[in-house]
Amino acid sequence: MSELAVEVRGLRKAYGPVVAVDGIDLSVRRGEIFALIGPNGAGKTTTLEILEGHRRADAGHVRVLDVDPARNDIAFKARIGIVLQSTSIQPYLTVEETVEQFRGYYPAPRPLDELIDIVGLDASRTKLVRRLSGGQQRRLDVAIGLAGDPELLFLDEPTTGFDPAARRGAWEMIRGLKALGKTVLLTTHYMDEAQALADTVSIIRGGLIVAEGTPDELRASQAETVISFRFAGSSADLPPAASAATIENGRAVIHTTDPTTALQELTGWAKGRGEALEGLSVTPASLEDVYLGLTGDEAQ
Amino acid sequence: MALRQVGYENRSFWRNPAAAFFTFLLPLIFLVLFNSLFGDSKLTIDGRELDGSTFYVPGIVALAVVSACYTNMGMMVTIARDNGILKRVRGTPLPPWAYIFGRLAHAMLLSLLLVVIIVGVGAAAYGTDVPTNTLPGLAVTLLLGAATFCVLGLALTAVIPSADAAPAITNATILPLLFISNVFIPLQDPPEWLATVGDVFPVKHFAAALQTAFHPDTTGAGFEWGDLAVIAAWGIVGTVLAVRFFSWEPRR
Repeated sequence: MSELAVEVRGLRKAYGPVVAVDGIDLSVRRGEIFALIGPNGAGKTTTLEILEGHRRADAGHVRVLDVDPARNDIAFKARIGIVLQSTSIQPYLTVEETVEQFRGYYPAPRPLDELIDIVGLDASRTKLVRRLSGGQQRRLDVAIGLAGDPELLFLDEPTTGFDPAARRGAWEMIRGLKALGKTVLLTTHYMDEAQALADTVSIIRGGLIVAEGTPDELRASQAETVISFRFAGSSADLPPAASAATIENGRAVIHTTDPTTALQELTGWAKGRGEALEGLSVTPASLEDVYLGLTGDEAQ
Repeated sequence: MALRQVGYENRSFWRNPAAAFFTFLLPLIFLVLFNSLFGDSKLTIDGRELDGSTFYVPGIVALAVVSACYTNMGMMVTIARDNGILKRVRGTPLPPWAYIFGRLAHAMLLSLLLVVIIVGVGAAAYGTDVPTNTLPGLAVTLLLGAATFCVLGLALTAVIPSADAAPAITNATILPLLFISNVFIPLQDPPEWLATVGDVFPVKHFAAALQTAFHPDTTGAGFEWGDLAVIAAWGIVGTVLAVRFFSWEPRR
């Protein structure tokens, strides 16, 4: 048994002339939460659906739990759990019936009560699916993804459309899955989600992986510091180290990899003018900044 | 596994008011309507004289099977496909055949139940004969017809682009056929081209085979081998097309 749950080398997939995935490598270790993050159309869902066996790759080496998912074999499907990007559950069954139905598809399902409990739907057990809120349906979707007690769970944008409280709840649930020893491969376009959950983050853009590492490594790779203070003039008035500053909402914002020099110049410059740097703030770049820096305008 | 799938389909079906109404109640309403309007008249079809009610009971049986199998399959499976429900199931270890079997078996059981009710109402309210000696012919005709219309409905989903288009396309393909196939109205000297069109498709043969099974003068076991052969041929065509073109993925 390989220690990798997912191993991908040189994966490519095109739809006609449109290249969705342009030769990517991924290594997901067993037992970790791995986040594939990128803007819409970056190739996240295509990648996931190839790993799930829903689509065939044009080229590349793909192993999921040491199996080629394109073979579509039943034994493989019993070992993975899938939550697709859009929730799709029969509307006229109850929560309990739906979970029971999917449990019936697997050789060694998790207990019914436990599944309903994990996703917090105890109070809605006998409700029809169509009477659930969007967030509740999504959680039911996760419950049926877990029905077969999978080794590896795919979650395609699990929290899109959730309110902040529901997202926190979903994060707790996903951390709980890791505690159960599951491997989780999720896609998201929220950097804070990747930061909160993932052991490894892979940033994908235009079908290519543009950065990968732990959240800390990614932050360190982009060792920028953001300096800002209240300023009404034009950037031409600022000293050389701050000449690339942007002026927005009455503040100057400077991204720099050498904050010591920049600050020294700025304080000298301010003292020389007999002014203070009002509202001065110095912060390390957030993962969000790293992400936006790497994915550019597409992410906005 | 496949049998439990039938059970879930069944529960879903009865909780969906639109499906239950159109598939189940509509044929019964037509049965009462047509029999009240024309039940007492004498008809001559293919040179054979019969009561209106003896015409309408098998006619509505044909309608019920077509709507429970063909229309129901065409619409509900397309809707399930477009909602991603088929794709969701495809990602589980449930074998694809078991899912399709669940759908097929449910539709066939549903049409069987409808037939029993229609025959019962026909006998109780309109004095039509319940087939006895022709029971073997009736059973084979029903099974073959139901299976054929199910696979044709499945095959049809391949050409339906979206759930929105499903009701229009299923009805547009089947309603005209029901009118020219001795189901709603007995065809008295139809134009030759219309008769020919009717002869090509399976609905008319299905209705004809059922008429034979229900006609009190029929002797023997009630098999119409010619009609059954045409229905079976369509069943084979439908199966081949469905296997070749059926899609589990929503269309975009």
